[in-house]
Amino acid sequence: MASKLTQSNRAGWLFAAPGVALMTLFIILPFFLAFAFSLTNQRLASPNPTEYVGFENYSDLLGLAIFTLEPERDEGGEVLRDDDGEIEYPRLRNFTRNNPDYPNLQGKREWFSWQSGENRTVILASDVVFMKALINTFTFVLFVAPIQAGFALCLALLINQKLRGINIFRTVFFMPVVVSIVVVSLLWQFIYSPGDGLLNNVLSGLTFGLWEPRDWLGNTATALPSIMAMSIWQGVGFHMVIWLSGLQTISPTLYEAAEIEGSNKWQTFRYVTWPGLRNTAVLILIVITMQAFALFAQIDVMTSGGPLDSTQVLVFQAVERGYGKQDISGGSTISVILFVIVLIISLIQRYLTRER
Amino acid sequence: MADVRLKDIKKSYGAVDVIKGVDIDIEDGEFVVFVGPSGCGKSTLLRMIAGLEDITAGTLEIGGRVVNDIPAAQRAIAMVFQSYAIFPHMTVRENVAFGLTIAKASKEEKEKKVAEAARILQMEHLLDRRPSQLSGGQRQRVAIGRAIVRKPEVFLFDEPLSNLDAALRLDMRIEIGKLHKSLGATMIYVTHDQVEAMTLADKIVVLKDGYVQQVGAPMDLYHRPQNLFVAGFIGAPSMNFMDVSIGSKEGQTARVHSDIVAEFAAPAWRKGAADGPKATLGIRPQDLHPVEEGGIISGNVTLSERLGTETVIDVKVEDGSRILVSLGEDAVYEPGQAISLGFNPERAHLFAPASDAEKHDAQVAAE
Repeated sequence: MASKLTQSNRAGWLFAAPGVALMTLFIILPFFLAFAFSLTNQRLASPNPTEYVGFENYSDLLGLAIFTLEPERDEGGEVLRDDDGEIEYPRLRNFTRNNPDYPNLQGKREWFSWQSGENRTVILASDVVFMKALINTFTFVLFVAPIQAGFALCLALLINQKLRGINIFRTVFFMPVVVSIVVVSLLWQFIYSPGDGLLNNVLSGLTFGLWEPRDWLGNTATALPSIMAMSIWQGVGFHMVIWLSGLQTISPTLYEAAEIEGSNKWQTFRYVTWPGLRNTAVLILIVITMQAFALFAQIDVMTSGGPLDSTQVLVFQAVERGYGKQDISGGSTISVILFVIVLIISLIQRYLTRER
Repeated sequence: MADVRLKDIKKSYGAVDVIKGVDIDIEDGEFVVFVGPSGCGKSTLLRMIAGLEDITAGTLEIGGRVVNDIPAAQRAIAMVFQSYAIFPHMTVRENVAFGLTIAKASKEEKEKKVAEAARILQMEHLLDRRPSQLSGGQRQRVAIGRAIVRKPEVFLFDEPLSNLDAALRLDMRIEIGKLHKSLGATMIYVTHDQVEAMTLADKIVVLKDGYVQQVGAPMDLYHRPQNLFVAGFIGAPSMNFMDVSIGSKEGQTARVHSDIVAEFAAPAWRKGAADGPKATLGIRPQDLHPVEEGGIISGNVTLSERLGTETVIDVKVEDGSRILVSLGEDAVYEPGQAISLGFNPERAHLFAPASDAEKHDAQVAAE
């Protein structure tokens, strides 16, 4: 059956062709190439031929093992302790390096561990840096998505008023979105700089000199939160505009009806505004989640994943591996994993926010 | 239950005056309809009564209480909007109970009041549906239900039937009429549809350009319009207007004639109608009928529309102007046919001389 798509619309297809070609070349093709590369040992430049390796790249990244170390004991079965009274354990590398009894631990390294009685339980990962990147990325998304969305909604509600000069506020809030993220990152590097950076100075001024200046980006405890704060600030204007467009689709008569019924500000928000923003909320949550997972530029400019991998994230790892270490297959594998994660989360969000 | 009194009410948006001093007295339990062409200020006036618009000047009393500065929710009113304004994400039950939810009423009270409203409006079977599953008429019923639950002293309707198709409009019109009888509440109803106004109202207020043109019972307005605008606005097809000269005046009648109108004695009770040498004569299309001889106006048929119950004939008179004739029966008239028209002189209306623009405005406003 000849469909309408193929009939007498050659001009339409011609108009669409440049866009389709570019999207194929730069989005669709790389998407499938990434899948293909992730199953090989492809390198950026290598004299050796590419080989199919199956899911080895995935197991190299995602491999996990749990292992319980038992204390060293003397002949009488007593637990050996060192000079400080700490329990002595056999060295982990005895099990992970060429130990035929533990093939599942081969090549893995300690990610973290905890004490349980006399034993020590160790979680081992094939790729500890990747695991840190994974955790950091999720942490970033978990904080940024709700805070940025909520903050953007507050701003949208504030500027959705008929006040003189309200456009000035709209412009100001939207400005960071227009500025390149690299420039923003550089500026915030100054703000966060240790010693006499702007943030330290302001805090010191507010506390009359009691504030101890700190190295925001150089401290494992503050580096990731600092980047979160800056990312929220940078992106909030964009989402504010989307919320605003959602707010303006709500019919003014609904507000009037609520007013006549005696609804107060909070009730109006709860019964009129928020339900009316349902579709916008789904859109914003998905967009923020995807943007947050794609976190790269800020890390690249401000911390390069440091200090001590405390700001490693997935996209940064993908780029670092693919181009820094010329390991295209490794980078591709991370991209594919990221794709699957984002897909799953989007589906879950869609399910949770579905029309009931 | 409450009466509503508007005293010299004015409304301006910056330098633009929309309502220019309106006095209306609405008695307790009365059904009052505001009509007028678009832009006459009727909706603004209703929204001022509702409390959705500030009152620039004048006083508004509801039930003997000045409510100028009292918020909408405390004016004991309920409003039904043209766009229904029902909440799309709530079921019918939740929509109807919305005011009670806001007031944190108990579940039993909600159940009881919603059931009562549903019974009055015969929509018990709709209570668990969502607005998207309802027709326009059912949605408007929900909006009216929400109003009933509030037990208001005054119901306000802002063109509630404008978004409905013709058949539904008739049904809902009858429903609203019944509702008024059963509740006995004061109702103020805004429309641009004169059929709604004529059928529903105890009292019609005709508005134009921010002024009240006439207040009166529907048949008063039809038979004794105070001015040319009201005469043209009420009645369909619109009243015919023609310029005439006044020959002589005796008491309440004046002898009038023109190039196209043979001399006859017209009632001239209206103020200013027969003071000068000129006047404007108005005759309703329904009052004209063809005569064999002794006709007062004559011309040629240019078009005849047969509607079954009536026949509308477009007549071109000697000076080139058009006159509409509406016969209450089916009749055949061919274009080009000469026709002579007579009428009961008692049914003629004499107005102060009006410009062509004024006549045109009055006739167009009704459409």
